[in-house]
Amino acid sequence: MSGSIQDTFFEECEELLEATDEGLSAIEGGDHNPEVVNAVFRAVHSIKGGAGAFGLDELVAFAHRFETVFDEVRANRMELDEPLIQLLLRSCDHLYNLVAVARDGGETDQAHHDMLIEALDKYIPEEEEDLTFEPMGLGGPMDVSAIDIPAAPTEETYQIHFRPLKDMYSTGNEPIFLFQALQEMGELSIELDVMELPGFDSIDPEESYLSWNLTLVTTEARSTVEAVFEFVEGLCELSIEGAGDAEADAAALAALEAAFGGAPADPTPVSEPAAMVEETPAAPFEQPAPAPTPEAKPEASGGKPAAPKAENAKSEQRGPNPTLRVDLERVDRLINAVGELIINHSMLAQQIANLDVADVRDVETELEGFKNLARDIQEGVMSIRAQPVKPLFQRMARIVREASSATGKTCKLVTEGENTEVDKTVIERLADPLTHILRNAVDHGIEKPEDREGTNKDRVGEIRLTASHRSGSVCIEVKDDGAGVNRPRVKQIAIEKGLIPENAELTDSEIDNLLFAPGFSTAKEVSNLSGRGVGMDVVKNAVTGLGGRINISSSPGKGSTFTIILPLTLAVMDGMVVSVADQTMVVPITSIVETMRGNDDMINNLGADGTLLSIRGSFVPICDVAGALGLEKKDDQPPGVYLLVETETGQRSALAVDDIHDQRQVVIKSLDGVCGEIAGVAAATILGDGKIAMILDPESILATSPAVGAFDTERRMSNAS
Amino acid sequence: MKTKVLAIDDSRTIRNLLAATLEEAGFEYVSAVDGREGVDMYDDVAPDVVITDINMPNLDGFGVIEELRGTDINSKVPILVLTTESAPEMKARARNAGATGWITKPFDDASLIFALKRVTGAAA
Repeated sequence: MSGSIQDTFFEECEELLEATDEGLSAIEGGDHNPEVVNAVFRAVHSIKGGAGAFGLDELVAFAHRFETVFDEVRANRMELDEPLIQLLLRSCDHLYNLVAVARDGGETDQAHHDMLIEALDKYIPEEEEDLTFEPMGLGGPMDVSAIDIPAAPTEETYQIHFRPLKDMYSTGNEPIFLFQALQEMGELSIELDVMELPGFDSIDPEESYLSWNLTLVTTEARSTVEAVFEFVEGLCELSIEGAGDAEADAAALAALEAAFGGAPADPTPVSEPAAMVEETPAAPFEQPAPAPTPEAKPEASGGKPAAPKAENAKSEQRGPNPTLRVDLERVDRLINAVGELIINHSMLAQQIANLDVADVRDVETELEGFKNLARDIQEGVMSIRAQPVKPLFQRMARIVREASSATGKTCKLVTEGENTEVDKTVIERLADPLTHILRNAVDHGIEKPEDREGTNKDRVGEIRLTASHRSGSVCIEVKDDGAGVNRPRVKQIAIEKGLIPENAELTDSEIDNLLFAPGFSTAKEVSNLSGRGVGMDVVKNAVTGLGGRINISSSPGKGSTFTIILPLTLAVMDGMVVSVADQTMVVPITSIVETMRGNDDMINNLGADGTLLSIRGSFVPICDVAGALGLEKKDDQPPGVYLLVETETGQRSALAVDDIHDQRQVVIKSLDGVCGEIAGVAAATILGDGKIAMILDPESILATSPAVGAFDTERRMSNAS
Repeated sequence: MKTKVLAIDDSRTIRNLLAATLEEAGFEYVSAVDGREGVDMYDDVAPDVVITDINMPNLDGFGVIEELRGTDINSKVPILVLTTESAPEMKARARNAGATGWITKPFDDASLIFALKRVTGAAA
């Protein structure tokens, strides 16, 4: 049970840390709205509270310092200047680390931890420094814990005199409950003293006249007996006389009194009237059951003000939309079911078409309605999985901060389109590549502050992270205003590593894209920050693994832009149904630029087995899909249709297929675990006739095609000469 | 009849902890995510005891106590304040607002039940 609550805590921590991060960023941006400041305070406070419950002492201690400093800010006793904001942002980052360590294990960077604590402590005023957070607070569980460890095993008799003051009743304290608690400790005898009770005509219903003399025989420690009266201390006349020493008695009472801030024995009356006459201690339980409808209540209770009702109405418009937390697996099951529904529709449509009935117009109309509904449901379900990229972007701000301080550069991250919604899995799997790109941008893109000043740039480098929807895809862009790709250097490295021939003549774009080439970057020549032994090819693989693609464009001295295009969802895609060597296959629409029917005039031979398609005066290499997949064709007819596709480098190729049948949405079925990786095939789908069709991956088909490779080499050679 | 607890806390973790402890101890448990919701729910829930956090959005714990104490019919319901603030002034402030008692976070099951027992008599 507590395991799952702890999971909740870590989940909530993520949200609270995001809120803290967001609030601090807003404050950094000049928003000093008290509500923003309060929200940050509350978030850190909640982290501390939860962490305390699970004994995460290091986290508690750090959050407490953060909170104490921030409380000074909140109370306007301290100015939030730039160094303090930076310290708080770094402390927030450290809180992330502490939470991660508490959750996943591992070690915190102790030197960093100590450094931050020292820095925070400088902001904590002298008198508050003494109030270092003690998990077991004064007068709290400390007293109660004594129950389990009886300090006095011997039986003791206590004489207790208890006379409530009238204010005690207005705080909701009831003598009888205290007596019940005492009764459980041993043998209790209760004597009611009505001596002070005046005549009936002079009774003040709000005054307290009764007092009690109790005799308790118990083996419980004295502190446990006193703890019973913890809440009424200062609201009553109380004396607890043990048969034992009177000195310890006085000392304990003094300590208790100190715990209550020296609350006077006879406190000044609180301004609000004691609202109810105290007679029957059990009154709260004897109140009439609430009226069935809230509307009926005001009449019943007479004096009840109408205000809370008005609040009630108002509260319906207040705050964010109500949300529901659902197990992701359930959503995925639903998505799967909707996928089946779509396939089912296709099958139905096909079956009806096969029936060869003369008039199926009505059925077709209904079927069309079915299809639209299925689409609506599908979109609805997909939107459940969709989440704004905001939390991801916020994490990235932290990455940039960390990277900046590690490299001695000054940069800021500007984010746009934070509310763009993307599939949850995409967001999760985008974190690593994005982290890498951003570290790279800080490390290799942004120049040192002094260099930037030399080139009339702002000292502070800017990295712009943008998310947007672009015609059925999601576009994530990372744009820095740094030095741009150092092309001569990149080319040099590529030649040294044998990635390109020494005499290769490459376009600027091709050089930039060398960054993604496998084996381009190794830990040796990248700094310890962005390096870590992985290159941009890993980033590219991660993006293509999500069915997306990544581009880079760069302008010397002005900066670089990485563009990641991703499908909206991983479950369904728009595809073009084609036939290749009597097989039905699907090509993702997103990768097709143009389709055309070819004729012999358009085809030119290149070398032994390469062919080129001539389109409007330019040539593109033809890739025979059947050949690339190793399929045997039944006849020697040249393929009839060409699908023009564009690779990341902007280079076009033509995929030759036999025919195009349809363009439709297909449900992606992963081949993982069904069969090994097949070059050129990304996944599979089920078509309307119930047959399985392979979904092709144009990029990998082109990579296997000799024609395209031959064309490339040819072109490079001709460029070189 | 089970003793009904209305817990008001903006922390899901704390709400879950309270729910686990209280339900296991035989209390009926209802929760609200902030002070405003807690006060709004109060009449419908008609709890035997209220446990409220101090630092919350929309309406803080002091506000909850003041609003609940401000109406005659509710004035006697026991209100326990959940607080990490071990500082005496926080308790004094809560009491001046009309709180019945307090539970210091982090709480253990025994101290939570003991506090409830002292204000509701519920033997859980």
